[in-house]
Amino acid sequence: MAECHPVGFQWVMEAKARGATIIHIDPRFTRTSAMAHQYVPVRAGSDIAFLGGIINYILSNEKYFREYVVSYTNAATIVSEDFQDADQLDGLFSGFDPKTGTYDTTSWAYEGMETAAAAGTRTVAGRQPGAQAGGGGHEFGGRGVALPHSEVHRDESLEDPFCVFQILKRHYARYTPEMVQRICGVPPEQFVKVCEAVTANSGRERTTAWVYSVGWTQHSVGVQYIRGAAIIQLLLGNMGRPGGGILALRGHASIQGSTDIPTLFDLLPGYLPMPRAGIHRTLDEYLASIKSEGQKGFWTAADTYMVSLLKAWWGDAATKENDFGFEWLPRINADHSNYQTIVDMLDDKVEGYFLLGQNPAVGSANGKMQRLAMSHLKWLVVRDLNLIESATFWKDGPEIATGEMRTEDIGTEVFFLPAAAHTEKDGTFTQTQRLLQWHHKAVEPRGDCRSELDFFFHLGRLLRARLATSSLKRDEGLRSLTWDYPMLEAGEPDAAAVLQEINGRHLSGEKAGQMLNSFVEMKADGSTSGGCWIYTGVYTDGVNQSARRKPGSQQSWVAPEWGWAWPMNRRILYNRASADPDGKPWSERKAYVWWDEAAGKWTGHDVPDFQVTKAPSFRPEPGIGGPEGLAGDDPFIMQADGKAWLYAPSGLLDGPLPVHYEPLESPLRNAMHAQQSNPTREMFPRKENLTGPSPPEPGSDVYPYVVTTYRLTEHHTAGGMSRWSPYLAELQPEFFCEVSPELAAERGLEHLGWATIVTARTAIEARVLVTDRVTPLAVGGRTIHQIGLPYHWGVGGGGSIVSGDSANDVMGVALDPNVHIQDSKAAACDIQPGRRPTGPALPRYVEEYRRRAGISVDTGTARVTPHQDGS
Amino acid sequence: MRTEALTPRTRTADRVVKSICPYCAVGCGQRVYVKGERVIQIEGDPDSPISRGRLCPKGSASEQLVNNPGRVTTVKYRRPFGTDWEELPLDRAMEMIADRVLDTRERTWEDADGQGNALHRTLGIASLGGATLDNEENYLIKKLFSAIGVVQVENQARI
Repeated sequence: MAECHPVGFQWVMEAKARGATIIHIDPRFTRTSAMAHQYVPVRAGSDIAFLGGIINYILSNEKYFREYVVSYTNAATIVSEDFQDADQLDGLFSGFDPKTGTYDTTSWAYEGMETAAAAGTRTVAGRQPGAQAGGGGHEFGGRGVALPHSEVHRDESLEDPFCVFQILKRHYARYTPEMVQRICGVPPEQFVKVCEAVTANSGRERTTAWVYSVGWTQHSVGVQYIRGAAIIQLLLGNMGRPGGGILALRGHASIQGSTDIPTLFDLLPGYLPMPRAGIHRTLDEYLASIKSEGQKGFWTAADTYMVSLLKAWWGDAATKENDFGFEWLPRINADHSNYQTIVDMLDDKVEGYFLLGQNPAVGSANGKMQRLAMSHLKWLVVRDLNLIESATFWKDGPEIATGEMRTEDIGTEVFFLPAAAHTEKDGTFTQTQRLLQWHHKAVEPRGDCRSELDFFFHLGRLLRARLATSSLKRDEGLRSLTWDYPMLEAGEPDAAAVLQEINGRHLSGEKAGQMLNSFVEMKADGSTSGGCWIYTGVYTDGVNQSARRKPGSQQSWVAPEWGWAWPMNRRILYNRASADPDGKPWSERKAYVWWDEAAGKWTGHDVPDFQVTKAPSFRPEPGIGGPEGLAGDDPFIMQADGKAWLYAPSGLLDGPLPVHYEPLESPLRNAMHAQQSNPTREMFPRKENLTGPSPPEPGSDVYPYVVTTYRLTEHHTAGGMSRWSPYLAELQPEFFCEVSPELAAERGLEHLGWATIVTARTAIEARVLVTDRVTPLAVGGRTIHQIGLPYHWGVGGGGSIVSGDSANDVMGVALDPNVHIQDSKAAACDIQPGRRPTGPALPRYVEEYRRRAGISVDTGTARVTPHQDGS
Repeated sequence: MRTEALTPRTRTADRVVKSICPYCAVGCGQRVYVKGERVIQIEGDPDSPISRGRLCPKGSASEQLVNNPGRVTTVKYRRPFGTDWEELPLDRAMEMIADRVLDTRERTWEDADGQGNALHRTLGIASLGGATLDNEENYLIKKLFSAIGVVQVENQARI
């Protein structure tokens, strides 16, 4: 955090000054470690075992916050007796089909709901051998999945053997401190110290926060990492309370915003799913898959959110008679995420590609596959501040040097359009705390530099003009699109008008034309519009709330008048949980939102995340769904049963609970279960994306070390915004690898000399930094060495001040099945002193390693790990 | 002392514009100092309850991001099989891109799958990026691409 989000880290230091204990768990020692009370080096890719160990400690030592757990989570809920856990099935859950590599999740359901949701979201349409269905968890990013009703069976004594709590106890029993040591390389005394600190600092009087960065998600079990932290925080009562939570530190200015208003294939704005072919034929079918009338919570109003979105996009052309234009939306039926698209590019299925402030030639895993894929395009549009490597790969990419590509043979037509900087346009970023902050244009962009707002508006204008007289059905959606934004003097659309469209309006009645103040005003009859329901309220009272800048020194510590947080300007989600079931703060020290009996409403330091006049004692009539179905002690108002899910009965494709699997490339056999790696991982086995062997397959000793990647304070992601800056380039001029003195001795690496790092994909060279910051770990009876690589450099690019080999070139592509994120934080490599071969000698060098390791396209692709006796 | 006679350039700015740092998602406040319609300095905004006036090395260097003398300000074009960049007027580039979008879309359009289920899309066009952009920009990107049937729209959130 101190490295990558230094200004955010000031609050950790404030907390430390006030007595907080800071623990840093990371493969590398950083400035964060230097400031922490305890630094815990851990093997990359082993975190689920570590988190599971803490869960086991909490459960077996009775350290959980019982009243919170019973009242606010699904701990008491009874699960189907058909469910079989990973501890019974050698690392698999019930319902696994080894042929497709997918689970039938029916047996994971709550008792009495065995016909529940997930089915509608699972589309078996892999277009690539081994590729996974497109359905998954990402579309559930803002919500739990639908349940048929909320009549769950509960045992609040937590004794029923099939209640979630007892399942958790059995599931985590094997995550002992000794097992944590065998998998993570953390000695038991160091591990127990963490457990003691976390549990001692949780409860009525105290809360603990978990902070992670996106590297935690970049695993084939990425979603389950976060689920592991969620289980800890729920057991300890640390959600919805000040000083608690699981805080994702994200690396781009509006990566949160680009998920809320998603430039993502499986989502529409506000976490509404993209419609699926054959499943969502009509708006009614679509809505029925999102919610059921019987379930609790605010997702039962999804019809109002969706119809308002369709009205925002298609205006008067969206009518009840035509399903509000629902048929004009394109349908998905598989994984259309970027890595699948890259593979399709290699197979010449994709002709055109837009790159909008992203540099996949450096920033995406398996950079060589990225560059080879782009050479198959007919046309490529790159919009960026600088001539990034993704724009120049045809000219000066590493494959030109090796002879694997020839400029004269690449038919890709490339358009580079210079982009406007943040100072040259108006608009909002949504930062990591869900806070929308407006930035004002300071100056006009120079020359041909333009904002994305300008580019897409005018591209849309040109496309509409060309199709103005078309009578084709496929063109109806574009021709009917609302695309008439007011223009500023400089010839670009007014960003404020776009934000107003996102906020939404009353379209008829006496308030016609006025901004909506809340998404609860949205209607499903076409009388309201709103482009992203969770952002409704950002234009409350017709005022741009995101531009509010009342100085922090002039308001409360919650600072509610700086910017605007979705939803409804709430700064802590699910904050009803900051009070006990009776509505009283758990403690005065941690008071945040509470029930004011005299006034008959919820009040406090933040906007209550609850129906404001619903008393804690309120109990709905049985069978009532929607917001009215929420009891006065159901704080998790977006969940179909009002409770936080320790156990996920549906919505996840790889298991209702996290299980430790080894990374796809690992030097070690899984000590937890016979199953080596996530059996549902999404794979792309092909010659451009080979995988090194892991036990029990032979050959893993050829790549004996773990390699991981990370960021430096002075650079930004793939470097497009930092390697072109003289200050930043001077501060961190050159690509390097961090190795321990022990590894340096083992391989003859010299400090400040050169090293070659080779994996099944390719080999790269880096300057050597021999440092104690990387610690050899004793894991499973042997010493595991880890090598750290900052991933900011690339080869080529026009005008970059510094360049170097790209760390992501050595990483492979295998994906988490839920959200299609790549497993790029733990791979197997070798390291040798000296520079890598150049020219055609480089691929020969890589090939020689592959031959020694016995690698074929099939290596590492077994879904169910074969038993060592061959059975 | 010579330094006593110096005036920081922030003091002689024509105006100060409130902004937000474009690098990571902490969302630090920035004050952008403008003189003669040029950005002359970017400082942390002490009013921000998030950052309290601080910026990290990247945020502090963001004046160089926007004023980088090497910043490309004209459209560059590489024709198929070409060996170097060529110049191209922006309007011409926009027209050419619009032509290619429609051409590819027409060639790769899918009305329905094998079972007759509506697809109403093209898999011939893809897009990547958005996490560095404004919400309003992401909104127009998703809206336009959806309206023309492009579904392979992705960004840094899962890279």
